[in-house]
Amino acid sequence: MIRRLLATLALLLAASPAPAAGWGLEQLMATLADNRGGRVSFVETRYMALLDAPIESSGELVYVAPARLERHTVKPRPETMVLDGDTLKLSREGQAHTVRLRDYPEAAALIDSIRATLAGDRAALEKTYALKLSGNAERWALDLLPADPAVARLVSRIRLAGNGGEVREVEIFQADGDRSVMRIGKPQR
Amino acid sequence: MSWLRRPRARLALAVWIALVAVLAAIVARSHFTADMSVFLPREPTPEQRLLVEQLREGMVSRLILVGVEGGDAQARAETSRRLAASLRADTRFASVNNGETTHLQADQRWLFDNRYALSPRMTPAHFSEAGLRTALQDTLDFLASPAGLLAKPLVTRDPTGEMMGLLQGLASGGQPQRDEHGVWTSRDGDTALLVLLTRASGADIDAQEAAMAAVRAAFDAARAPQSPIAGGALKLEMTGPGVFSVESRDTIKSEVSRIATLGTVLVVTLLLLVYRSPTVLLLSLLPMITGALAGIAAVGLGFGTVHGLTLGFGTTLIGEAVDYAIYLFVQGGSGREIRQFWPTIRLGLLTSIAGFVALFLSGFPGLAQLGVYSVAGITVAALTTRYLLPALLPESFRLRDVTPLGRRLAALAAASTRLRWLVPVLTIAALAVLVVKRDNLWNSELLALSPVPAAALELDLRLRAEMGAPDSRYLVVVNGADADAALRAAERLAPTLDALREQGVLDGWDSPARYLPSLATQQARLAAIPDRTELERRLNVAATGLPLSASRLTPFLDEAEAARNRPPLTRAGMEGTSLSMAVDAMLLSTGHGARALLPLRAPAANGHVVDAAKVRTALAQAGMAQAELAQAGEPLFLDLKHESDALYAGYLDEAIKLSLGGAAAVVLILLLFQRSPRQVWRACAPLVAAVLVVCAGLALAGEQLILLHLVGMLLIVAVGSNYTLFFAAEDGLPDPRTLASLLFATLTTVSGFGLLAISQVPVLHAIGITVGPGALLSLAFCAMLSPARRVGEQPA
Repeated sequence: MIRRLLATLALLLAASPAPAAGWGLEQLMATLADNRGGRVSFVETRYMALLDAPIESSGELVYVAPARLERHTVKPRPETMVLDGDTLKLSREGQAHTVRLRDYPEAAALIDSIRATLAGDRAALEKTYALKLSGNAERWALDLLPADPAVARLVSRIRLAGNGGEVREVEIFQADGDRSVMRIGKPQR
Repeated sequence: MSWLRRPRARLALAVWIALVAVLAAIVARSHFTADMSVFLPREPTPEQRLLVEQLREGMVSRLILVGVEGGDAQARAETSRRLAASLRADTRFASVNNGETTHLQADQRWLFDNRYALSPRMTPAHFSEAGLRTALQDTLDFLASPAGLLAKPLVTRDPTGEMMGLLQGLASGGQPQRDEHGVWTSRDGDTALLVLLTRASGADIDAQEAAMAAVRAAFDAARAPQSPIAGGALKLEMTGPGVFSVESRDTIKSEVSRIATLGTVLVVTLLLLVYRSPTVLLLSLLPMITGALAGIAAVGLGFGTVHGLTLGFGTTLIGEAVDYAIYLFVQGGSGREIRQFWPTIRLGLLTSIAGFVALFLSGFPGLAQLGVYSVAGITVAALTTRYLLPALLPESFRLRDVTPLGRRLAALAAASTRLRWLVPVLTIAALAVLVVKRDNLWNSELLALSPVPAAALELDLRLRAEMGAPDSRYLVVVNGADADAALRAAERLAPTLDALREQGVLDGWDSPARYLPSLATQQARLAAIPDRTELERRLNVAATGLPLSASRLTPFLDEAEAARNRPPLTRAGMEGTSLSMAVDAMLLSTGHGARALLPLRAPAANGHVVDAAKVRTALAQAGMAQAELAQAGEPLFLDLKHESDALYAGYLDEAIKLSLGGAAAVVLILLLFQRSPRQVWRACAPLVAAVLVVCAGLALAGEQLILLHLVGMLLIVAVGSNYTLFFAAEDGLPDPRTLASLLFATLTTVSGFGLLAISQVPVLHAIGITVGPGALLSLAFCAMLSPARRVGEQPA
């Protein structure tokens, strides 16, 4: 159970910056694919029906193209989550759990959606999602709509927004109506 | 059969028949066993007793790991599913797990329903206003974590996070991965994995064999729905202690019967060539058969039960018993009176007995049984040869004249004396080899005795690694007057074991009390929950200012109240969960109470080894109250591998000392009977040289010596002493007929034992590779060392 949901939640790992270029899905993907990685700050806000007020967590994200994504949460509790290739590792309060994405195909589809966006891998995205791009090169938003019913049971929509080649916001709409928004800071050079 | 009219013959036959009848009656009433008890010392320490019990009955002994290979993933998964389903319906299996979530839901439901009785965090402070607020805050923080979705569905019923705490405690053991079809697979995805637990103990080899047959049948049925090609591509693999026992028994059985058949054919052919009389051939087998009966009867009387191991090695007696008949027929069959050479055989018998009597003292019942068997067997075989065979020998029996052969042998022996310098040279070289290799000479690991082939061990290692299956090498054991007392004792060790984990001495530990806490602990935990009204009040205070309002937590108040009124958890209430298995494996009922086993996980950082001294010290300081100690005894730390290796190493060490003692006794007896140190020297030198050269040869060939090599050396002395005594009895070379009889005796011994040397079973191989060459070398060295100057004076 821990592993299943853990893997599901890896989708909450979010985006990082990317240099920008031309316009259209093709160009956006190409620009994103040029991104070799970097370190950014994040603030994530979760809205849950269960709670009277949203809850917040913050920390740093590290992306190493094309397959490694780290989320280092500082608040409210120090916690580290590392997605590398097929492996997802969560360390929290002195305990570490490792799962393989292959064991959890639906979760893998979700995680791959974010990682594939960061890597500009359009083919991988289109395997599971219908893509909808809006806005312009300077201010764009990419909606991922799950085509796979197994994925749709968890998530109804993922919206990634950015400026040029930088992903600045990841919004996940869960199937149960809860929602999370992750705002991503400027890359630190 | 006119010779039967001779009164002496009738008397001898009557006595022999009576003897055989008595022996057969004793043998028929003896108990035979093949279990691990043979390794239990006569006066075992508590650790040793536990060790043997674990090896025989422990959970690990009942584990069968199954792999399904070949075909495609879909076919493997379907087969795994169907195989598991049919085995789950088979009462021979206590549990069947292939990764399907059959038990998972039942387990999680049971854990969730009983979370307040199970959670170690349940103290009065935990459910105070402050404690509740801390717990709520923790839950909120967890909801903000990437893993928070885990907790979300449970928050209104379990806002203090007891379930998450329980799961974290349980999630420490490794498990294989599931493939996209929902069953366990190996990391490379090419093998579907299953873990089975038999109801029968691992020591019940017949039951293990039946279980394996059931798995095979179920596998064939499970792959039947596949197309013939897809089904045929699938392959079943099994491993585990029970599987090893079954396979070992099969290997030993087939090897023993194959080698015994071959050896018998060889020996019988040889004897027929010499005797040219089927009657005499049959007569020559009588001492061996009578001796074997006597050996079994003696062990049955002395030990109560006869171990299969003893039978196996005891039959090697054939070597010595057949020799007696050969001496009689070859030396006596040519008209020579038995009185003339019997004293030499009698002395040989005495020295053999001296060698084997030393084994009586062994603390290792297997070795002691072998000693008793051998002494009784060869004594009766010699007596049968002496008093029955001459009486039964047909008067018309005349052996073909072996004198020409004997002359040629004499010439050869005389020529070989020119090589006498070779004996000291070889002996000194052998000594040098043994001194150089002395540290690596003996293999003191019990595994060295295992007949399990390397390929099977590799498969076992691989499946075990994939499964993350426990090897349960380290255990802490506590006893109690009943199950609840044992659980209390286990609970009392928790702080000590937790401290050891924090120090890094352990990676983790498990306990039956984790799944089934003692009554007192359950009551204490539930007593921490106040009544509903009070809990609601405290919750309201605790939740003030938090985004999680108390008004949403009505399900929590209901369930907490229900928990207070629930009857205590029992083992019976766990039925249908896989957790019941865990409890069964770790909580055993013993003859006078109950015993809890707490498996320890070794830290990977320390090469998967636990520092035994640190654990023992910590356990000793655990500070159990005097009354508890009196009732439960000290908690015992057990390292199964170390314990079993130490046990075997102890046996080996003792056996070496006893053998040296036996050798001293042999020399003493020779001195007593021969009175001439020179003659004693001539009888002993070839044997010492042969034993040393064989050992050095084995060491050079890279073979590490085990206990059975030592038994082989004793056999060299027992068998070889007859040869050397015949040489030493005369002041020159023995007469040609004696020489011929010695050659025949050596040939039968070498064909009998030499075949054992090609066996894949280490224990058989060890005896064969020692005795075969050893017997040959003894005879050759005897010839080389015989006084050369007298050769010319041999009678024509």
